[in-house]
Amino acid sequence: MEIIKTDVAIIGAGGAGLRAAIALAEADPKLRIALISKVYPMRSHTCAAEGGAAGVIKSDDSLDLHFNDTVGGGDWLSDQDAVEYFINEAPKELTQLEHWGCPWSREPDGSVAVRPFGGMKIKRTWFAADKSGFHILHTLFQTSLKYPSIQRFDEYYATDLLVDDGRCQGLTALEIRSGEMKQFQAGAVIIAAGGGGKMFPFTTNGNIKTGDGMALAYRAGTPLKDMEFVQYHPTGLPNNGILLTEGCRGEGGILLNKDGRRYLQDYGMGPETPVGQPVLKTMELGPRDRLSQAFWGEQQKGNTVKTPWGDCVLLDMRHLGEKKIDERLPLVRDLCISYLGKDPVKEPIPIRPVVHYMMGGIHTDIQAATRLPGLFAAGECACVSINGANRLGSNSLTELLVFGRRAALSAIAHLQSHQVPSSDAALAAKAKASQNRIQALFDKSNGTESIAGLRQEMMDTMEANVGIYRTGEGLAAACEKIAELRQRYANIALTDKTHVYNTDLMQALELGSMLDCAEAVTVGARDRKESRGAHQRLDFTARDDENLLKHSLAHYHPTEPPRIEYLDVVITKSKPGVRDYSGAKK
Amino acid sequence: MSELQKRQIQLEVLRYNPETDTAPRYQTYSVPCLEEWVVLDALNYIKDHLDPTLSYRWSCHMAVCGSCGMMVNGEPKLACKAFIHEYKEGQIKVEPIANFPIERDLVTSVEDFITKLASVKPYLIPKEDKPVSAGEFKQTPAELKKFKQYTLCINCMLCYAACPQYALVPEFLGPAAISMAHRYNQDSRDGGRDQRQEVIASDEGVWECSFVGACSEVCPKHVDPAGALQQVKVASTIDWYKEHLMPWMKK
Repeated sequence: MEIIKTDVAIIGAGGAGLRAAIALAEADPKLRIALISKVYPMRSHTCAAEGGAAGVIKSDDSLDLHFNDTVGGGDWLSDQDAVEYFINEAPKELTQLEHWGCPWSREPDGSVAVRPFGGMKIKRTWFAADKSGFHILHTLFQTSLKYPSIQRFDEYYATDLLVDDGRCQGLTALEIRSGEMKQFQAGAVIIAAGGGGKMFPFTTNGNIKTGDGMALAYRAGTPLKDMEFVQYHPTGLPNNGILLTEGCRGEGGILLNKDGRRYLQDYGMGPETPVGQPVLKTMELGPRDRLSQAFWGEQQKGNTVKTPWGDCVLLDMRHLGEKKIDERLPLVRDLCISYLGKDPVKEPIPIRPVVHYMMGGIHTDIQAATRLPGLFAAGECACVSINGANRLGSNSLTELLVFGRRAALSAIAHLQSHQVPSSDAALAAKAKASQNRIQALFDKSNGTESIAGLRQEMMDTMEANVGIYRTGEGLAAACEKIAELRQRYANIALTDKTHVYNTDLMQALELGSMLDCAEAVTVGARDRKESRGAHQRLDFTARDDENLLKHSLAHYHPTEPPRIEYLDVVITKSKPGVRDYSGAKK
Repeated sequence: MSELQKRQIQLEVLRYNPETDTAPRYQTYSVPCLEEWVVLDALNYIKDHLDPTLSYRWSCHMAVCGSCGMMVNGEPKLACKAFIHEYKEGQIKVEPIANFPIERDLVTSVEDFITKLASVKPYLIPKEDKPVSAGEFKQTPAELKKFKQYTLCINCMLCYAACPQYALVPEFLGPAAISMAHRYNQDSRDGGRDQRQEVIASDEGVWECSFVGACSEVCPKHVDPAGALQQVKVASTIDWYKEHLMPWMKK
């Protein structure tokens, strides 16, 4: 097996991975950096983020306000020391991107423009029309081309971390184009491989978002945190889950039920605000968890619109006018027309909540370090946690940058004392074991389970039982089913036994990642007997700060369900309070 | 709202596996398609229900990641934006994107494009040094508008598949790479045009373009690479005149 020696290996080349790579290259041009991704960097799902990135820059804003919005938005499950670090770094990172050429939208005086976003008390979301993630990703990718020390391994699929002597010292990865396994020997590894929304059938997530990075760390023995918190974005196209940014509401779009009523006022987010004059932090600018829950309420009451794609509510943007829509929301208009045949300039758009983001992920501390020495993580695959039980829109793009850089700096610090591999032979033996695991898939001739079939059963289970509102009964059933699917996964069959671009094999490995992550989600949700942020239980409707103001940590077991451990939340200055998104007192 | 319409579509898909095939061949699949589907949905149906060995790239399903460029009935298209309802005859031929070597089935090697993109220095080379602590560079909406369109390239390479010149002269930098150079050249914050010009104005650069305009026609993001190339040509011509006929005039 070919051994590629590097100082820092980064798994994932989206926003966080690229930011980490650039930070490493800038800190020390002599560092060898291997940027490993299962897709070319510009295909990474950062490209699909639309609305923008939050960072305090305007004179009417303050770091304290961003802190309060984030912590309250997260239903007090965020670690407050991490949030403080995050909001402090945010403006620097967004300005740095500006210096790298990101085409942020501008005010007439040439300064960077900001737009309102859900759950934010002040306008602080930097945006590049409604293609913010796309522009951030391409700016980072193109900037990364400046640095010869960033060596890219495009279309390599990481299969296992190599751990020896109690620290992470590299990984094995399949070169997809040849099917050959490579061993990466590294002083430190950063995982920046995104979330796993594809375990659900109706999601804004792209095909690649299969939780591979989370599963890598999890299987290597480092826990996943707060996995039960899965964010539904309130406004997805009903037929295929395509995201319509929160910017639609930030710019003044309103949500209507079948009777034309702005129903959010019936869910503690009223009173009604004037149409076309959005008021921050109330009504349509409430947080995503509350808005998605309100949809569920309307569905229970029979107030939704029946469509061929199921129950919907309406997102009405007509009053914004063609000029504003084209200037601020050109992609949204294009997506609505192309994929639904409806022009938001002329008619309301039927929408429904859609799985969007995982607040949970690889347990990291404020330094982006995991519990496994030498392993760091950043971006959606990681859980610091700044997002707590519910992420505010536009905090995640900023998070990629802040913690992507942080992971790089921590990796450099780790290298100071861990430059030399513990044992070449031990690492090579572990790499060989990883190769054998894949080879066994090829050699197996008696597999009976189909990959697409198991995947469908997993998605159906998640959709039916682990949605916006959950019950103990449903979650118990989901745990049982996912455990069963993990057992049956051992019996899958590859149809394709060739080596070049074997996407049958890729899908098999991705399914394995998703099942591992899905079990962490379902068990975490079953055991969290309270309602907090995006985790709502019909059988435990209140937040339980006395017992569950805690992060959950899921520990992997190869054949059993995970063991769940709890960890105190870091509270520094904001005691848990009431999340008030009514506009009455404002 | 009407019910969703379904129609049986014959997809004729180019297959090639270097380990088992000596030459590309075609395989036809009969797929029950919803009218609102795109060709990518039909490929996914094949992958999940008919033939797990079919290989192709895709991710976002919303025309922004640029993975799924293919030839659909001979035209360069994103499979996620090629709508079934536009193919009334019920037969759709799907082939890998033209002008790039086939790796397997619908997967091609994109290395040539990536190399060319990197060669034009597609990053900001700042006109003035300014630390991050000094805040953002000012840029008015009018200044942004000068280059904004060229930032929209998703690197899907459909323009290379449509470009007759790239088909004839593989060394040609091609529409997307030159447009990206133009994007940075036009950015009010940038001072790197001279550095990029060495590549752009070379024999393999903008002069290879015969201005057919096919690139702009197929661009799913309306970037208009042909317009960018034309502007680069004009600017490069002015450079030439300044250099050769009016050497006293500094650029």
